[in-house]
Amino acid sequence: MDFISTHLLTTILFFPVAAALVIWFLPADQPKAVRWTAFLASLVPFGLSVWLWTQFNASQAGFQFQEQYTWFEAINSTFHVGVDGLSLTMVLLTTLLTPLAILASFNITEKVKAYMMLFLFLETGMLGVFLALDLLIFFVFWEIGLVPMYFLINQWGSPKGERELWGGMKVSARNYASLKFMVYTMAGSLGLLLAIQMLGVLFQTYDLMTLTEKWSGFNEGTLLGMNVSTVKAISFWAFTIAFALKVPVWPFHTWLPDAHTEAPTAGSMILAGVLLKLGAYGFLRLVLPFYPVESQYYAGWLAFLATMAIVFGAFASFGQTDFKRLVAYSSVNHMGFVLLGIAAAAKAIGTQDATIALNGAVLQMFNHGLSAAGMFFLVGVIYERTHTRNLNEFGGLFPLVPVYGGILIFTSMASLGLPGLNGFVSEFLVVRGAFGVGYAGGEWNYMAVYTAIAMLGLLFTGAYILKGVRKVLHGPLNEHWAHGEHKLTEINTREILVMAPLMILILILGIWPMWMLDVINKAMLLLFS
Amino acid sequence: MAPETLIWLIPLPPLLAFFLIVLFTNKSKALSHTIGVGAAALSWLGSMVIFFQAIGVDHFGEKIFKSSINWLPTGTDFLKIGVQIDPLGAVTLFFVAWTIFMIFLYSVGYQNFGQPKGDHDRPGLPPHGATVTDEHGHKHTVLSVEPMYSRFFAFLALFAFGMYVLVVSDNLLTLFVGWEIMGLCSYLLIGFWYGKPSARNAAVKAFMTTRVGDVFMLLGLALLYSATGTLNYRAIFYNEEVLHSLATTMTPVLGLSAAGLIGLLLFIGTIGKSAQWPLHVWLPDAMEGPTPVSAMIHAATMVSAGVYMVIRIFPLVTADWTGHGLTTAMSVIAFIGAFTAIFAATIALAQNDIKRVLAYSTISQLGFMIAALGMGAYIAAAFHLVTHAFFKALLFLGSGSVIHGMEHGVLHTGNHKVDPQDMWNMGGLKNKMPITFWTFLIGGLALSGFPLVTAGFWSKDEILADAFAHEHWTILATLSIAALMTAFYTMRQITLTFLGQPRTKEAEHAHETPWTMTTPLVVLSVFAVGFGWVGIPEHFPGLGGLIPNWFHDFVGGTLIKHPKPVEFSWIPLTISLVVALGGLTLGWLVYKDVKAGDADPLEKPLGFLYPFLKNKWYFDEFYSYFVIKPMTWISEVFTKGMDQGVIDGILHFFARAALFIGHVFRNYFDKPVINELIGDKLGAYWTFQPAGRALSKTQTGRIQTYLIGAVAVFVAIGAALYLFAF
Amino acid sequence: MQFPVLSIIVFAPFVAAVIMLLMKPEAKNEIRVTALSAAVFDLVLSGWVYYQVYMHPSLEYQFVEKYEWLPVLGISLNFGVDGMSAPLVLLTGIVMFTGVLISWGIDDRPREFFAFLFLLAGGVFGVFVSLDLFMLFFFYEIAVFPMYLLIAIWGWKVTREYAAMKLTLYLFLGSVFSLVGALAMVFVNYQNTGVITFDMLALEKAGFSQAFQYIWFLPTFMGFAILGGIFPFHNWSPDGHVAAPTAVSMFHAGVLMKLGAFAALRVGIMLLPEGAKQWAWLIFGLAMVNVVYGAFIAMIQQDMKYVIGFSSVSHMGLVALGFATLTREGILGAGLQMFSHGVMTALFFAAVGMVYDRAHTRQIPELGGMIKPLPWVGIGFIIGSLVSMGMPGFSGFVAEFPIFMGVWQVSGLAAILASLSIVITAAYVLLVVRRAFFGEMPKQFEHHITPITPLDKVAIVTLCACMVLLGLFPGLMAPMVSTGVENILRLLGGA
Repeated sequence: MDFISTHLLTTILFFPVAAALVIWFLPADQPKAVRWTAFLASLVPFGLSVWLWTQFNASQAGFQFQEQYTWFEAINSTFHVGVDGLSLTMVLLTTLLTPLAILASFNITEKVKAYMMLFLFLETGMLGVFLALDLLIFFVFWEIGLVPMYFLINQWGSPKGERELWGGMKVSARNYASLKFMVYTMAGSLGLLLAIQMLGVLFQTYDLMTLTEKWSGFNEGTLLGMNVSTVKAISFWAFTIAFALKVPVWPFHTWLPDAHTEAPTAGSMILAGVLLKLGAYGFLRLVLPFYPVESQYYAGWLAFLATMAIVFGAFASFGQTDFKRLVAYSSVNHMGFVLLGIAAAAKAIGTQDATIALNGAVLQMFNHGLSAAGMFFLVGVIYERTHTRNLNEFGGLFPLVPVYGGILIFTSMASLGLPGLNGFVSEFLVVRGAFGVGYAGGEWNYMAVYTAIAMLGLLFTGAYILKGVRKVLHGPLNEHWAHGEHKLTEINTREILVMAPLMILILILGIWPMWMLDVINKAMLLLFS
Repeated sequence: MAPETLIWLIPLPPLLAFFLIVLFTNKSKALSHTIGVGAAALSWLGSMVIFFQAIGVDHFGEKIFKSSINWLPTGTDFLKIGVQIDPLGAVTLFFVAWTIFMIFLYSVGYQNFGQPKGDHDRPGLPPHGATVTDEHGHKHTVLSVEPMYSRFFAFLALFAFGMYVLVVSDNLLTLFVGWEIMGLCSYLLIGFWYGKPSARNAAVKAFMTTRVGDVFMLLGLALLYSATGTLNYRAIFYNEEVLHSLATTMTPVLGLSAAGLIGLLLFIGTIGKSAQWPLHVWLPDAMEGPTPVSAMIHAATMVSAGVYMVIRIFPLVTADWTGHGLTTAMSVIAFIGAFTAIFAATIALAQNDIKRVLAYSTISQLGFMIAALGMGAYIAAAFHLVTHAFFKALLFLGSGSVIHGMEHGVLHTGNHKVDPQDMWNMGGLKNKMPITFWTFLIGGLALSGFPLVTAGFWSKDEILADAFAHEHWTILATLSIAALMTAFYTMRQITLTFLGQPRTKEAEHAHETPWTMTTPLVVLSVFAVGFGWVGIPEHFPGLGGLIPNWFHDFVGGTLIKHPKPVEFSWIPLTISLVVALGGLTLGWLVYKDVKAGDADPLEKPLGFLYPFLKNKWYFDEFYSYFVIKPMTWISEVFTKGMDQGVIDGILHFFARAALFIGHVFRNYFDKPVINELIGDKLGAYWTFQPAGRALSKTQTGRIQTYLIGAVAVFVAIGAALYLFAF
Repeated sequence: MQFPVLSIIVFAPFVAAVIMLLMKPEAKNEIRVTALSAAVFDLVLSGWVYYQVYMHPSLEYQFVEKYEWLPVLGISLNFGVDGMSAPLVLLTGIVMFTGVLISWGIDDRPREFFAFLFLLAGGVFGVFVSLDLFMLFFFYEIAVFPMYLLIAIWGWKVTREYAAMKLTLYLFLGSVFSLVGALAMVFVNYQNTGVITFDMLALEKAGFSQAFQYIWFLPTFMGFAILGGIFPFHNWSPDGHVAAPTAVSMFHAGVLMKLGAFAALRVGIMLLPEGAKQWAWLIFGLAMVNVVYGAFIAMIQQDMKYVIGFSSVSHMGLVALGFATLTREGILGAGLQMFSHGVMTALFFAAVGMVYDRAHTRQIPELGGMIKPLPWVGIGFIIGSLVSMGMPGFSGFVAEFPIFMGVWQVSGLAAILASLSIVITAAYVLLVVRRAFFGEMPKQFEHHITPITPLDKVAIVTLCACMVLLGLFPGLMAPMVSTGVENILRLLGGA
C-alpha cells in the first residue's frame, strides 16, 4: 500500500499492462476467465484514480504525485509523470470508460485473449499521454496508442462493408478504415515529431515545464536560418495539425467516420470517449502554454475551424442513413465546441472569459466522453441484434424495447445538450466564454460572429439527434423485427450495467457540475493566468 | 417552514414522481396515477401557501422571497442559481399550480382509467376500444384504457417539474433549464402516440421549431451574461444602472442598443415557445398529442412560459423608454404580437378540427399579450396571461371532453371513419353532455370577452384601453378586428358543437364524461369567471372601486417604476363591447342552422381566401420548400461531395502519388539504371561476367576447392599489400 | 594478462567450422548440436563482453589484446571493443545463435552450410573487434567470401547464380577501393613517421593532411559503404536477400550490412575525420536518397523479401545519415540503429523464411491468414513492423529519434523530407502484415501449414525481446553507445 501511495501514477499507468501479461498466460479456451480478469483488472486503475481524485489538492499549483525516473539519458529525456486538475479529469474519464468498454465487449467471442490484452494496452497508452510530463514520453504514448486501436478495428471491426478507392478498386471497409486511421494519424503526428525533435535539439531537454518557459520565452534571434517568429509559427501549426487531426477538426476529420463506423462497439466507445480527447488535451497542455503569442494570433483560424467542425459536423451527421455514422459525425460536431472554447481562450488568455471558455471546453471533453461512449454503445446494442445500422430498416421499435428506447432518448438528449443534463452546462460555458471574448468590454470582434454561427450548429445538432431517435424508435413499427427469429430482444442486464454509470454521471454533472468543475476551474486558473 | 425553503421544494414532487413512475411503478396504473396526481397536489399545496404568504406581505415587490447558491465556478467568481417569488412569480405560480393540478386529475379520466384493456391496442397508438360482454351476453365495444398509461403520467410529471422550475427560478439560466425540459416533454408528449407518423413528425417539428428560438435565446443569455456578469432577475431588471448602461451601449447589429439586442434575442426564444408568427407552425400540429397535453402545453404552461419570459425581461426591452413612442425592440415585439393576433385569428375562422380552432385562438391570444408588452402595457399583458391560462385550459379540457364523448359514440356505432374531432360531425351535444356544454360556454364567452361577467373581458379590455391611451392606433385597430374574429369563431365553434341538431349518429350516442374530467372543468370555469374581478380598473363605471384593482397594485410591484393605470375612457370600452357581442351574435346567426353535409357558410363569401385560410396561409409548404429541402440537400453535399469527394479524394491522391513514385523509382530508374547499367552492363563488361564464369565453375560443391579459392584470395591480397607497401 | 575473451569469441567459430568439417556429413544432428553449442558459447561470451563494457563505460578500448603477427609490416592481431562495437558484437552473437536455430531444418549438406556460416560469423566478429587495419580487411574478406558460396549453393534456385555473383563482386570491388585508401594511409603515415603500422589507434593520431584526407576519404568510406548498401550501390543487397537462404539473409541484412557501415565509420570517419567533414554533405545526400528512395520502392514490391530488402536499404540509409551528421545525437542514433535494424531484419527474414518454407511462395498477394497456423511468426513479424515504422516503445524509435535530432542540426528540410519515410514505411509494413498474415487464407494452404518448431520460437522470442527491451529501456544501450560516440567526436575535434 505504501508503495502504491508513493507510486500512485505509475501504478495506475502500468497496471493494465501487467494485467494484460497475466491474461496472456490464461488458457485461450477459457474466454469467461479472460473477460472477467480483464474487467476486474480494469477496475483497479479506476479505483485508484478515484482515490487519486480524493487525494488531489485542487488549489495547489503545479503538478502533483510527480514521479521521475531516468529513461533516455543520452538525449536528456526522463520518464516523468504527474497530474494537475486537467489531466486528472481525463485520467478519471479514461479509467472509467475502459471497464465499461470491456464490459461492453463481453459478447466478443473470437480471439478474446488478444482483444482484451489490446484493450488494456490501449488504456495504458491513453493514460500515458495524460500523465506524461516529458515531451518525448508524451509522444511515445501518443503514438503507441494507435497500435492497439489499429488492430481492434482491423481484426474485430464489422466484417461487412466495402469501401471504393480510386479506379473502382474495392477494399474491405474495416481494412480501409484501420489503415486510414493509423497512417493518417501518423502522418499528422510527423509535424509534431519533428517539432519535438527541434525543441529537443534547441534546449537539450524534453521536460515539459522547462520547455514551456524556455520556448514560450524564446522570441529573439534566428533559428535554422529563419527568424524565430517564423519558426514558431510553423511549429505552432505542426502541433496544431497533429492535434486537430486527432480531435478531429474539419477538414482533417474524414478518418473518424470510417474508423468509428468500422470499429467494434467498445472500440468506438473508447475512440470517441477518450482518443479524441487526446487531441484536445494536446491543445491545452502543449499548444496554449508553448505558443501563447501564436495561439492568440491564429485564434481566428482556430475559431474558424471549430465553427466549421460544428456546422459541417451537424449537417453531415444529419445527412447519414447509417446510425453509427450519424453518431460518429456528431463527435465532430461536439468536439468542435471544445476547440471553440480553446480558440476563445487563446484569443483572450488570462481573462475571466477565457477561463470560463476553458472550463467549458474541458468539461465538454468529459461530457462528450460520457455521452458519445453511451451513444456508440447503444448503437452497438441495436446493431448486435439486428445486424444492420441502416436507419431506414428500423422504425417504431419503441414498443418492442421500451427500456432501450428510454435509455436511448435519455442519452440522445444528453448529447443534444438538453439543460439539466451534462452537455448543456459545458456548451453553455463555452458559448458564454467565447461570446464574452467576442464582446470584450463592449468591443466586438470576430469571436462573437463565430459563436453565433456555432449556435446555428447547435440547432442542427437537434435536427440529427431527433432524426436518429425518430427513425429508430418512432413511427409505424417495422414488422420485420416484431416476430419470428428476427424478434428484437430487450436490452439485457449487462448492457444496462454498462449504461447505468454513464447515465448517472450525465445526470449528476447536469444538475450539480460543481464537484468536477471546481477542480477544472482551479486548474485552468493556475495554468493560464 | 421558511417560505424560501418551501419554494425550493415546490418543483421536487413532480420530479420524484417522474423517477418513481419510470423506475418502479410503471407496471401499476393505479399506483402511477396516484403518485402523479399526489405530486401535483403537493406542489399545488406548496404553491398556494407561498401565494397567500406573498399577498399577505404589503409592498411585497420590495421584500420578495429569494435564496440562491453557487452553481458554476467561473474563474474567480461563481454563477449563482436560486429561487425567488416576486409578485409576478406569485400570480404565475397561482394559475400554474391550479391548471397543472386540474390537468393531472383530468388525465385520469381522459386516459380511461378503470376501463378494460383494448382488444388490439398497442403502445404508441391511441386506444381502439375493447369488447365487453354484459350480463345479458350482449357484446358491445367500450373505451379501452391507454396502454402507456403510467408513462403518460411520468411525462406529465416531468413537464410539471419543468414549469415549476421555470416559475420559481430567480435567473434566466434556470428559467432556460425549465424551458428546455418542457421542450423535451412536449416533444415526448406530442409524440406520445409515436405509432402515428403524423404524431412523430409533429413532435420533431415542435421541438425543432422551438429550438430555433431557443438557440437565439441562448445566444441572448450568453450576451447578457457577458455584458452584466449575472443572469439574476433582480440584479438586472431591478437595477437602474445596469439597465441604463445596457441601454446606452451600442451594438454593431442594426444599430440596436445592447439592451435592445439582448431583448430581441431573448424574444426570439419566445416567438418559438409561444408560437408567434413566423415560428407558429408547430403549435397546430401539436394537437396530435392527447388532449390534456394540448391543454398543458398551450394553455397552462409552455406557451405561457414564453410570454412570462417577455414579461420578465420587460424592463430590459423598455430600458430608457420615455413612455412616448416605442423603442426599436418594443416596436418589433408589438408588430409581431399584433400581426400574430390577427393572422392566427383569420386561420381559426376556417378550421374544422375542434382542437385546431383552439390552437389558433391560443396563438392569436398570445399575440394579444405580446402586442400589449410591445406597447408597454405590462399589467394588461400579465393579467391577460393569467385569465387566458384559465379559460383556455378550460376550453381545451372541454374540447377533450367533447372528443371523449364523441369517441364513445364512435365506438358505439363502430364506424371508425368518423373523425371525433371534426366539428361538422357534432352538433346538439348540449343535452348529451350538459356539464361540458355549460363550462365550455363559459370558457368560450371568456375567450370572446363577453362583457362584465367573464375574466377575458377585463383583461382584453385593459389591453385595448392601453393601446388607446398611448395612441397606438394601428395596434388598437388590429387587435379590435382580431377580437371580433375571436368572438366570431368562438361562437362558430360553440354553435357547431353543442347547438342545433346532431349531424351524425355518433353525435347522438355521445354522452357525458366521468367526474374526474368534469370536476376540473367546473373548477376552471369558476376562475374563468372570477379571476377577472381582481383586476377591475378603478374608474370603471359602476363596478370600478367596488373591489380594489388588486392585480394592478400587486403585480405592479414587480417593477421599480410602478406603472400607473391608464385613465378610463369610453371609446375602448365601447369597442370591446361591440366586437365581443357583435362577433358572438354574428357567429350564431351564420352557423345556427347548419345541416349535415352542408359546406361552411363562409366558403362562398370568402371565395379564394377560404382555402388560403384553411391551409394556414401555406406556411408549412413554404417552410418545407425553403428550409427543410435545402438543409437536407446541403447535408447531402457535405457528406458525399465534401468529405468523401474532396477531402478523401485528396488523401487518396497522396496514396496514389506515393505508389506512383515508388513505381517510377523502381521501374524507370532502379532496374534500368542501377541494375542494368551500373550493375550489369558496365560492370559486367569489365569484370563481372568473366569473373562470374570463373566463379561459377568452382561450384562443384567440393569443399577443398573452396578452401583453395579462399587461400588464393588471401595470397592475392597479400601480394597487393606487398606491392603497395614497398 | 587478462583472459583473451575477444580472440576466443572471434576464433571459436572458425574452430567450430573446422570441427564440423572433420565430422562425417551423415552425422547431421551431431553437426547441428556442435553448431548450436558453438553459437551459444559465442553468444554467452559476447553477452558477457557487452555486460562488462556496459558496467564500466570508458572512452578507451577495452579487452584489448595485441599479438605481433607480421612485425615487419607492423601488422598485429589487435583486438578491442568500445561502446560502438560492443553492441555489434552482441548483435552478431544473437544473430548467429538465432541463425543456427532457424537453420536447424537444413538438410542439404548441413555440414558445409554451418561451416561456411561460422566462417562468416567469425569474420564478422573479427571486423567488429579489430583495431588493426590489416586484420580488419582480413576478416572482412573472410566474412564476404562465404556469402558467395552460401547463396550460390543453398540459395533460391531462380536467381542464386546471378545474385551471388553480383553480391560478391560488388563487395570485392568495394573492398578494393577501401583497401587502396587504407594502404595509402599506411604508406603516408610511414613517410611521415618512418614507422609502418596498421594499428588504427596509431593511425588515428597520424594527423593526415587536409588534402590527403580530402582525396582518400571518399574511396575508403564508399568502398565500405557499398556493403552498407549506400545509394547507388545498394542493389546487390535486395537481390542478395531474395536469393539467399533464410539464415544467410539474416546474417546478410542483420550483421553484414552493419559490417559495411561500421567499417566505414572506423576506417573512413575515425581515421580521416577532416575528410569526413569535407565530404559529409555528399554522404548526407546519398543517405537521404537511400532513406526515401528505399522506402518508396519497398512500397510497391510484391515479394516479401524484396520489401524487406528495400526497407533495409532505407533503414541503413538512416545509419549513414546519422554518421553524416557528425553530431553526437546523429552518431548515437546510428549506433543504436545498427543494432536495432540488425535484430529487426534478422527477425523479418526469419519470419519470411518460416512462411516460405511452408507456403513455398513469398508473393504477398498469394499469401493470407498466416497468423492462424503460425501465430508466433505473425506476432514476431508484427513487432518487427512496429520497429521498422519507428513506433515508439520499440527499438526503432529509440534509434531513429536521435538520428533525426542529428539531422535537425544539419538541415531542418532534410529532417522533414526523411521523416516522410516513416509514414511510407508504416503504410507498407502494415499492408504486408495485413495481406500476408490476416485476411482469408488461400484454399491450397489449408492444413498444409505445419506449426513452427520450439527452436524457431526461441529464435523469434529472443529477437523480439531485444527490440522491445531496447525500446522500453533505451538506457540498456544508449549510455554505452554514447561513450563510443564521445570517442568519435574527440577525433572529429568535438564537431
